[in-house]
Amino acid sequence: MMFIDSHAHMLSRTTDDYEAMAAAGVVAVIEPAFWLGQPRTHVASYSDYLSSIVGFERFRAGQFGIRHYCTIGLNSKEANNEELAEAVMEILPRFALKEGVVAIGEIGYDDQTELEDKYFRLQIDLAMELDLPVMIHTPHRDKKRGTSRSMDVCEEHGIAPSKVIVDHNNEETVRECLDRGFWAGFSIYPSTKMGTERMVDILKQYGPERIIVDSACDWGISEPLAVAKTAKLAAQKGVDQEAIRLVCYQNALDAYGQSGQMKEEDWLNPPAIDQRTVYEGNSILRGQREPVVETPKSRRTMDDLIIE
Amino acid sequence: MGDTPSTLLRNWITRQAPPPAADWFDGQIDKLLGDPAQKTFDIAFGMAPRKLGKDDLVLSAEDLAAADAARSGWNPAQWSIDVAARVCFLIALSKDPSQPFAARFKDLHRTADLGELLALFSGLSLYAAPETLVDLAAGGLRTNIKAEFEAVAHRNPFPAEQFAINPWNNMVLKALFVGVLLEPIQGLDERANPELARILSDYAHERWAADRLVSPELWRCIGPFAGDEYLDDFRRVVAHGKPTEKKAVALALTTAPPSAGKDELCAALSAYAEMIASGALTWRAIADEMLDNSLAITRKLNFEVEMTR
Repeated sequence: MMFIDSHAHMLSRTTDDYEAMAAAGVVAVIEPAFWLGQPRTHVASYSDYLSSIVGFERFRAGQFGIRHYCTIGLNSKEANNEELAEAVMEILPRFALKEGVVAIGEIGYDDQTELEDKYFRLQIDLAMELDLPVMIHTPHRDKKRGTSRSMDVCEEHGIAPSKVIVDHNNEETVRECLDRGFWAGFSIYPSTKMGTERMVDILKQYGPERIIVDSACDWGISEPLAVAKTAKLAAQKGVDQEAIRLVCYQNALDAYGQSGQMKEEDWLNPPAIDQRTVYEGNSILRGQREPVVETPKSRRTMDDLIIE
Repeated sequence: MGDTPSTLLRNWITRQAPPPAADWFDGQIDKLLGDPAQKTFDIAFGMAPRKLGKDDLVLSAEDLAAADAARSGWNPAQWSIDVAARVCFLIALSKDPSQPFAARFKDLHRTADLGELLALFSGLSLYAAPETLVDLAAGGLRTNIKAEFEAVAHRNPFPAEQFAINPWNNMVLKALFVGVLLEPIQGLDERANPELARILSDYAHERWAADRLVSPELWRCIGPFAGDEYLDDFRRVVAHGKPTEKKAVALALTTAPPSAGKDELCAALSAYAEMIASGALTWRAIADEMLDNSLAITRKLNFEVEMTR
């Protein structure tokens, strides 16, 4: 089965992760622009970060047979540094039209401050101007209200809910999100967001329509195989294959494909120029091995350490 | 005749692209020639692959001959249509006297995505005031992205024309180091120099010490300086090398200065003399042997596999 991990901060991940993801069937990842665990204090470092996710990281992923896309935006945490935020807003339009940019995101609220609100709204307008989807980061604290408020603001600005992916949902937010017509993302990030077992229960309750499973793997303790593992557990618990395909692959493609920057042909039948330059092709698509969900044998155990 | 690179590119793009995309492209060029404002350029440059796609530029042998006639050494054989369009926009921008092109190049490079990087460097030989772009081009060679390196180094007359000896030598050594073919680098024979020969011989010795293979292409740059100092390297290949390596040494010896050692080696490699004389054994043929046919589209070097067979 092919998987898309539509929320993965690959810049923070190792080559082992890329290998494991490719072996598990991940054909594409989306790297949302976010903060790096500590605040940036200069616009230049923000600019270089955006350059990395449209450039080198895209290339790096391609070496492992994984197509890399990204979203461009000013995150809610750094929106609170007004001087930085103003400067970042200036450079965003230039990055938002780079190849492989599938949305403006992840944007939204953290502490739900006035500055967060201001830049969230400005970026929704930018997305509408550029006809790009929006990826919303819903807050960890005061989550339910923050999620409702995020959708209120989207409606107020007139962006179609079908162009907005509301991420980091949980049992408390999913109903409203789906009822209002938005895409509902779930980040399988057990310590703070959502676990695999809970996710399968949600799938059983709500069905697959407009639900997207992602890993949100980053620099913290997180699981780059979360999408594949959720698919495996869901199958074991009797969720049908088509539903699994929708939430672990097709829905993400439909939602972010609205950008015009992400197509199935990108990995099934890539242009010759890409094959010469940035994309090595996926070993699973080349039929070399069966998809596996387990991490390939850890290289870190001494048992099978090969001395070359 | 008398076509400029810009008019050639324009013709090739508009004949290949479907009408709405071709019209868009023509419109952008006209706009840019009238008013090269940053925003006009950014939109054209950014939108090129969205409007035109990324198919390979379809060029005949006549087109390639016209390219070489318009700008000696220019070889767009492996360009895609979006690279062609972006280079066309860059040529227009480089004619704008209001701002030095090198400054604009630097600014674009700072925020470029992969496709834009390829365009910036592929067109190096076609922009005004190329001498102002030397450091930027050398910077492109510091990349970890092979395709970006190749955009500067391969089928591009810029390095041989503009690089001083150090960046030139660094480029050749790094090409070997990162597994990029030397054959598509223009001016390899003209720019051969004793310092490069020494660097490459040292590099070969390092590889051998680590029990690793040495690219057969390396000997091409040592050939003209293969007096006693380097003939031992050649002897080692003749004694222990694979067929492709021996062929390469036989070719390299054709440029070596006369010596008794050279004569001995040529005698040992006499099996290849006929192939060299008939033109069947060339550096292009060596490069082809290094490319795995099944991976030809991706230009992956199958050199190590080939060598250990």
